[in-house]
Amino acid sequence: MKKRAAKRFRPDFWFVTKATLLLALCLFIVYPFYTILTKSVFSTKVEGITLYNFIRFFTKPYYYTTLLHSLVVCLSTVVLATAIGVPIAYLMTRYNVAGKRILHIFIIMSLMSPPFIGAYSWIILLGRNGLIAKLFALVGMTSPTIYGRNGIIFVFMLHLFPYIYLYTSGAMNSIDSSLEEAAENLGMSKLRRIWTVTLPVILPSILAGCIMVFMTSLADFGTPMLLGEGYTVLPVLVYNEYMSESAVNPNMASALSVVIVTCSLLVLTFQKLVVDRKNYMMSSLRPPEEVTLKGAKRFWVSFPVYFITFLAFLPQIVVVCQSFVERSFSGMVQGINLSNYQAMMKRLSTNITNTYVFSIVAIVFIVIIGILASYIIVRRKSKVSSLIDSLIMFPYVIPGSVLGIGLIIAFNRKPIILVGTAAIMIISYIIRKIPYTVRSGSAFLYQMDPYIEEASINLGVSPIKTFFTVTARMMLPGILSGAVLSWITCINELSSSIMLYSGKTSTIAVAIYQEVMRMSDGTAAALATILTVTTILSLLIVFRLTRGKVKIV
Amino acid sequence: MTNNVIIQNAVKRYGDFTALNGVSLDIHEGEFFTLLGPSGCGKTTLLRMIAGFNSIEGGDFYFGEKRINDMPAHKRDIGMVFQNYAIFPHLTVQENVAYGLKARKVPRPEIKKRVDNALELVQIAHLAQRKPSELSGGQQQRVALARAFVVEPSVLLMDEPLSNLDAKLRVQMRSVIKKLQRRLGITTIYVTHDQEEALAISDRIAVMKEGRIMQIGTPDEVYARPQNPFVAGFIGVSNFLDCDISGDMANAKVSIKNELELNMHLCRQFAGKGLLSARPEQLFFAKEGMPGKTLYSTFLGDFIEYEVQLDDGQNLIVNEYTKDTSVIHPVGESVKIRFDPNRVSLYESETGEVLSR
Repeated sequence: MKKRAAKRFRPDFWFVTKATLLLALCLFIVYPFYTILTKSVFSTKVEGITLYNFIRFFTKPYYYTTLLHSLVVCLSTVVLATAIGVPIAYLMTRYNVAGKRILHIFIIMSLMSPPFIGAYSWIILLGRNGLIAKLFALVGMTSPTIYGRNGIIFVFMLHLFPYIYLYTSGAMNSIDSSLEEAAENLGMSKLRRIWTVTLPVILPSILAGCIMVFMTSLADFGTPMLLGEGYTVLPVLVYNEYMSESAVNPNMASALSVVIVTCSLLVLTFQKLVVDRKNYMMSSLRPPEEVTLKGAKRFWVSFPVYFITFLAFLPQIVVVCQSFVERSFSGMVQGINLSNYQAMMKRLSTNITNTYVFSIVAIVFIVIIGILASYIIVRRKSKVSSLIDSLIMFPYVIPGSVLGIGLIIAFNRKPIILVGTAAIMIISYIIRKIPYTVRSGSAFLYQMDPYIEEASINLGVSPIKTFFTVTARMMLPGILSGAVLSWITCINELSSSIMLYSGKTSTIAVAIYQEVMRMSDGTAAALATILTVTTILSLLIVFRLTRGKVKIV
Repeated sequence: MTNNVIIQNAVKRYGDFTALNGVSLDIHEGEFFTLLGPSGCGKTTLLRMIAGFNSIEGGDFYFGEKRINDMPAHKRDIGMVFQNYAIFPHLTVQENVAYGLKARKVPRPEIKKRVDNALELVQIAHLAQRKPSELSGGQQQRVALARAFVVEPSVLLMDEPLSNLDAKLRVQMRSVIKKLQRRLGITTIYVTHDQEEALAISDRIAVMKEGRIMQIGTPDEVYARPQNPFVAGFIGVSNFLDCDISGDMANAKVSIKNELELNMHLCRQFAGKGLLSARPEQLFFAKEGMPGKTLYSTFLGDFIEYEVQLDDGQNLIVNEYTKDTSVIHPVGESVKIRFDPNRVSLYESETGEVLSR
């Protein structure tokens, strides 16, 4: 023992990596959030440390109604998405729904599509000059409006029900069929069997899906911004507070950010305390069998799935079609051609370049850091590694606009000024999107045989060389399938980009938002088509590589 | 170059739990040495300390003259076969086997020659280009073996290498491993919980329990002369009988339940409570002996196994070989059981220390 203590401390590769990683996380995550926290307790109106901003938030209707709005929207979305997602998961796992593998891919694609494109498409269909709205007008009726609370909920529901579907069908597939057979054998009717056995067993998974839906809808900025029209939710308010020309108020924006983060953390605590504890370990020896239906019965189980999938995927079709339609300033159709793309290339080619360059640079960092971080988290367990784990995962539950504000107020002053540079855009992409890669990478690593590394070391290859030639190589499939999700969400990133961009660093997503705001639908559609096509192609590549076994959740 | 391995007073702790409590071994050059014991006895822990994957809390480990305690795992020049084989899934069979040679910077043509030779030895030369996912368990086992010995390590370690194979394959692979080891002459340390496997494969066996060594000896020594009741019970089947010992060392009187009295030659002077252990094949039916009656008889081809209940209620297993007798005792028959006092083992009841010679 004494010999050991006397040995001089030599920092090895992993020590240096951990230290560097921790330092970077502190600089780009802890420091910005610390700045938000400190800003939130100061105000230009009052001297010294004060709760002025928070008091104002909870007393002025202008502020606190947004919290209520956010909660109403999120909870309604959760309820509706569950009402759609669970039955679809049941039909898809238990019946021979026609073409279910393709449907599954379409449902995933609609989840991974840029969130604000849904809102934008529904404006094209049901908005003031919308196609369907005009059809209704022809027969002298008014179509239901897409603007306001109900519109936001509707778009969220169609965009986010796949979370519930994916979590639920995952759980349904892992129920051992003997469990249900036991219930049947004990004399339960089919419906009561579902109610008393199937549902309770998969409930924790459904709840996990609900939490994803809640968090995503709470954090989303694009959809309520485009559709809200006076119905303001929290992330939109944060943006207004910080970006509106009239009165820039970083203190109030920081206080709002603290409120949102608190909401997210409360939900997460709920998950840790309630949902995770109820999870059942299931060993699926015999996965449930699929009921084979024929004729009309098969049609009736397939139809609802097709209908919902169609509605969810419709926005992508609409934007692609819209992108080829040339319109005059008054919105009259001039013809079907590529004029939108020409206009886009003339005015917005920088945005396109930026989007791809930033995302590619970010993804390179994400992959490298992702491999190292996953390894540290799984194989070098310690207090430091679990701290690194929590810090990396933290931005996953934080709205992009909040992170954007944090980065701005942290890095618009000495010693480090990054605001307005491409670097800050890339940094925000890395820290916001790396959780996908780290989660997928570490899940993969958990299933990897640890003895493989030992075998390599045992055969005379040093641990570091073993890591790079064996472990990292074997982790690649897990890392890459996560990295594709990181990549897709990078190119579609809006909520922090819109805070951080400058004239030279604007991206496609920012441009779409601006074009829609200025009623320039054609170019917006062309841009959105680029994103949609990139997203779908990227997903198809993963499906191909993983033989359809990609894990989104 | 193969080495002898000396371990002095190895200690391993996990928090408060002591996994190894001062284990010392002296393994000869070229020997096939087995660490045998129930799960949790510390055998794998010790093996991983030798390999360099577990830290050493106390004691000294030597390969020949070299102390290896502070040598990093990849410089120890050890071949290891893992329980789940740990074959690199992204490399072909050939690349797997060549891996350690590449690490040792062996020239390319020689690598090829040695890999081919190794694959030939384990009889999978025809699978050289396959990926591990295309191999059966037994074939993967052969790859793992070839990969470990092809580098001609100073010591070969095997961690329950046969436990994932089915019964028939296990017996088959066991003889493959044994023959290979004899042929290559590499000092081998083998870990298993399967006593039959240990007896079949080893030159010497160390029987372990709760982080201690209970006995070291050749297979026939640990079977025929177990040094304590644990070894007697763990290796093979033993019947334990309480007895009283009196008299002097050379002609001690051993009395069992006042029904049977025998004279034994002890290894030291002792009087008091003793524990006698007899193998089923050491017991036989006789005119005089412990009275009881047969409860069950099981015909197993080369022998018949009887479960006999003594009059005081204790059950014994008695084996009778079909080559020695043509009589099958019917169930319920009254019998008398005896044994040869020079073949059974005798222990102090309280300490478990051996008394028989």
